[in-house]
Amino acid sequence: MSAGTITPYRSDLLAGPDGFAQLLRAEWTKFRTVRGWVIGVIIAALLIVGIALLDHSSCGGAVTPGGGSSPGCPAPPVGPGGEAVTDSFYFVHQPLAGNGSIAVRVTSLTGQPSGLQPWSKAGIIIKAGTRPGSAYAAMMVTAGHGVRMQYNYTGDIAGPDGAASAASPRWLRLTRSGDTLTGYESADGTHWKVVGTAHLTGLPATVQAGLFDASPSSTQSTSQSISGSSGNAATNLATAVFDHVSLSGQQPAGAWTGDSIGAGAGHGAPPGTGFHQAGGTFTVAGSGDIAPDVATAAGGGGFPIGHTLLGMFAALIAVIVVAAMFMTSEYRRGLIRVTFAAAPRRGRVLAAKAVVISSVTFIAGLAGASAAVPLGERLLRSNGNYILPVSTLTELRVVAGTAALLAVAAVLALALGALLRSSAAAVTAVILLIVLPYFFAIALAVLPAGAADWLLRITPAAAFAIQQSIPRYPQVSASYTPANGYYPLPPWAGFAVLCGYAALALGLAAIQLQRRDA
Amino acid sequence: MSHAMLAELEHRNDPPPAVWMSMREALHAEWTKLRTAPGTIWLLLAVITATAALGIVADAAAKCATESCHLDPARTSLTGIYLSQAIVAILAVLVISNEYSTGMIRVTFTAMPRRITVLAAKAAILIGLVLAAGTAAVLGSVLAGRLILPGHGFTAAHGYPPLSLADGPVLRAAAGSVLYLALIALLSLGVATAVRDPAAAIGVVLGLLYLTPIIAAAVTVPHWHRPLQQIAPMTAGLAIQATTGLRSLPVSPWAGLGVLAAWATAALLAGGLLLRLRDA
Repeated sequence: MSAGTITPYRSDLLAGPDGFAQLLRAEWTKFRTVRGWVIGVIIAALLIVGIALLDHSSCGGAVTPGGGSSPGCPAPPVGPGGEAVTDSFYFVHQPLAGNGSIAVRVTSLTGQPSGLQPWSKAGIIIKAGTRPGSAYAAMMVTAGHGVRMQYNYTGDIAGPDGAASAASPRWLRLTRSGDTLTGYESADGTHWKVVGTAHLTGLPATVQAGLFDASPSSTQSTSQSISGSSGNAATNLATAVFDHVSLSGQQPAGAWTGDSIGAGAGHGAPPGTGFHQAGGTFTVAGSGDIAPDVATAAGGGGFPIGHTLLGMFAALIAVIVVAAMFMTSEYRRGLIRVTFAAAPRRGRVLAAKAVVISSVTFIAGLAGASAAVPLGERLLRSNGNYILPVSTLTELRVVAGTAALLAVAAVLALALGALLRSSAAAVTAVILLIVLPYFFAIALAVLPAGAADWLLRITPAAAFAIQQSIPRYPQVSASYTPANGYYPLPPWAGFAVLCGYAALALGLAAIQLQRRDA
Repeated sequence: MSHAMLAELEHRNDPPPAVWMSMREALHAEWTKLRTAPGTIWLLLAVITATAALGIVADAAAKCATESCHLDPARTSLTGIYLSQAIVAILAVLVISNEYSTGMIRVTFTAMPRRITVLAAKAAILIGLVLAAGTAAVLGSVLAGRLILPGHGFTAAHGYPPLSLADGPVLRAAAGSVLYLALIALLSLGVATAVRDPAAAIGVVLGLLYLTPIIAAAVTVPHWHRPLQQIAPMTAGLAIQATTGLRSLPVSPWAGLGVLAAWATAALLAGGLLLRLRDA
């Protein structure tokens, strides 16, 4: 080195490869070494579990003072598909051995005390046995939804519209051939049209066939509001008149037996149920429903598993705070200039940060949620509640979806942190985007139901649909509200809405990082 | 060195001023800081527009078809407070957290060693600004409600006179909403003084505000549900907006605002205590 020339310092080290793996490692080191952030993410996981353990709901809201044994709600029967079902109706039946068929003419369907419900139903049914929850297929007339073929609680095939009356009676026929049941309907008893077929695997050789009648209870004015929820159910009775009853099987037809199926579990059959036979005319009065159980916790029913993940909202706020700080602290300390000097491709830095923060929050969320669900379920059960059973796949989707929701919300907070460069503004923006719409939709009485549904379709709060474990069944009238665990969008579609917002924010942040001075 | 600066230096050597004097100076300093901060005016304008805009949306979405539609017209037109309280919280948090972020707090406390006086001055300036913006926001919302709601079934035939501040309960709801915003500002200032980091402070404040009603809505046990709503700062504080169905409220309007005032006092006390005890 000669005097007079100044050689700029050059490191002896080779220029590091500007690989994504190096960036990831750098960002992971930044995250890992800030104690507050690690604690924040651990707190998020603990909040999910902790709030699940706070829920001392007991069935029907009835709590025995002093913490004694609560009466509890009996668990509903479980249908062939593994779902909780309602299976209570009046059944006029006799055994049917082997293949055969049953046909009937329905001339009237009336209801009391509050009239017919749209899903009051009467018709013919072939059922594995009289045990509630056993497999069945049925052809029926309904009060408001025409002729239907329903099977195994969740299956529902629409036939022609129109109610049954003396002026326009309905003919129904159900045929068994092995495990296959075919439903027919006719206006005149001679020209039969197929409504649908159902395959009931494992149907025993001898089944019960006969007439049934059921009318679901009516839910009156269930309102969810900031001042609490209210709702009451009234028991209804439907009466149907049948004639031209014909049962053809391998054995000659015997005498008819009447049974209230599913009565006594919780509440007895209401007065008035039964059947009356005069010549070839049967009058059958029944109450209840043959359908999937969507009973809501507020109405004294079971809890969906999503109920145990209430702590996710608290975890969400913790995760949003950490993710926003993960970006904005670089600006506050001027570290961003060093970061961008070391890695000039700014979009890749943002991507590396997004990968790190989403992985960390996903793992924390997964740990929290997979502990909260079994613990919360145990606590709810020990207080006399029942959990609506779902398949393992659905449970996995709810748990992993909750973790993914936290991860994507963290990415959204990170991107808004890069866009706004102020952690307070970024945190507030994300909370207002995700939590506030949910709050408006479930806890506030001022919004009409339609507006609340739209909030949960178009805002990032749509992602909470990932926690819905019980589908909406069109064949059951219930209060399908977000507070009860039902969302307007399907689970993955709702989650995709949040992902869309996060991707948009990330894209904008990448563009802004390129264009702005650091 | 110029003459003015010399005079200034001489002034510095004067004996420490009386408490009231330092309070006046602190107020002046805080007013200058907040007035000249770039975000303040935008946040205050955002409070006004967010309150009025969401109020208009809620007014337009509300439908009262029958006589007993259980909707509270004052509460409906003041829905915007649910949103604008978050903006008030940002403003309040930044009043103190910004000083910690930039290290300005050390200069502030060197110039004014009475830290509680600084905090009181910050609180006073903040309250003044929030009361002004809140009044404009609430007046705009009530006016919008008065103009829009009669077209959506809130008519005299359904038992709803047009919204008017001459009506006692409506005046209470409107004035109470302004006070509510001021108390939210104090609560946020207290939390931010204790927590110092802006992101963590805003997270704590918004969590406290929005989470409790969500959890209360999901908890079906009556002996948990009601107390949760009685102590939650938002549900209790906004009971002040109710003009109908007062009997079914978890807390009476003024008692509810008192609950929020207790939260704000507790947060300020905790913040003030930590401010005195900790290094800046």
